[in-house]
Amino acid sequence: MTDKNMNPDNKSRRKFLGATAAVAGAATIAPGVTLLSVAQAKPADQEVSSKNRWGLLIDTSKCATGCKDCVDACFKENSITRTNHPRSEKTDAQWIRKVDLRNKATGHVVSLPMMCQHCEHPPCADVCPTGASFKRADGIVLVDKHICIGCRYCMMACPYKARSFVHEETLTQNENAPRGKGTVESCTLCVHRVDKGGMNPACVDACNANGHKAMVFGDLKDPDSEISKQLKQYSSVAIRADLDLNPGVRYRGI
Amino acid sequence: MKYFKNMIAVSLALLVLSSASFAGDRVPSPVIPKATSKAKNGGPEGCVEPVSDMRRNHMKYILHQRDETMHKGIRTSRHSFKRCINCHVVKDKKTGKPVNHKDKRHFCNSCHNYAAVKIDCFDCHASTPKPGPAATSSKLNSSNKLVKKVEDQ
Repeated sequence: MTDKNMNPDNKSRRKFLGATAAVAGAATIAPGVTLLSVAQAKPADQEVSSKNRWGLLIDTSKCATGCKDCVDACFKENSITRTNHPRSEKTDAQWIRKVDLRNKATGHVVSLPMMCQHCEHPPCADVCPTGASFKRADGIVLVDKHICIGCRYCMMACPYKARSFVHEETLTQNENAPRGKGTVESCTLCVHRVDKGGMNPACVDACNANGHKAMVFGDLKDPDSEISKQLKQYSSVAIRADLDLNPGVRYRGI
Repeated sequence: MKYFKNMIAVSLALLVLSSASFAGDRVPSPVIPKATSKAKNGGPEGCVEPVSDMRRNHMKYILHQRDETMHKGIRTSRHSFKRCINCHVVKDKKTGKPVNHKDKRHFCNSCHNYAAVKIDCFDCHASTPKPGPAATSSKLNSSNKLVKKVEDQ
């Protein structure tokens, strides 16, 4: 929409929104995405709060077997490299992996990405002896590698096998994703992007960019967010719901 | 008399030693590379804080910012590690590429080697503004292995 097509009311509304965005620290975001961004943006000097809870909704009916766009995007974003270890597929770090589930009785196969489920009650944080595994106020579960001693207790506690141990020295880290030998790591929900406000994790962007649109990221506590609307409209499940961990990652179609 | 002679010899030796330690050219001192850009909102000498303050307290600023960012998601750039790395980059004169923490010319190494203080920041953090020369894209192909074949329901 160009300025010519807009009526004066719209223009002033846009100006108002622009000004609000500037105050909220999202001044550089282009018109048109301003409204969404204001809802999600957080000024850089402000703490994250429990008013938000970030989550993912994954529609397995749109997730193709063999497609690994999300995995590649994650690896690129967080600079996760492979080693040449003979059993590297077992021991290399993985923050997200594709899992194919087959129903033995019917033979029906579902493909889905599996990563840290960002539980409300994370078992990894429960068992961590140093407090390195923790849940941020906004629900993102992280490893503070500054105090991680690499005991890997959290890896055993996680029912989703979402965590990895870095066995080898790392030299090609992304400046936004520090990772190093001797510490445990897992999906951060691209916390460096989320903190900027209005940005999706790399996996979601890749899935959308390639036209699959199987992943929705957003604020579970905001009833107007896309993810909340979809969760309200469609049935979805938490994997291993029997554990009562209340994960922030939900799946449709399984 | 012999004792007196010895005394003179010792004092002379001490004099020579002490004068040597004052002569600048004979004392090894760290050569600290200059920052690449002048911070606009920084201290009077271009850095985010005055140089004298940074030399004494840089670790405190980094440590404070570390916990603020990690646990509270506060991502102000003034004392961020990324900002240190971006501004204090040392580039190889031949290749033009930034040197990493393994290189003794690296900004942090220039002083930390001299002071014999080992830092482990770069065990995890990137020591150059952009990912290192060994690009990750070529190794990405093998992520195929992570596509698990079939897991029974």
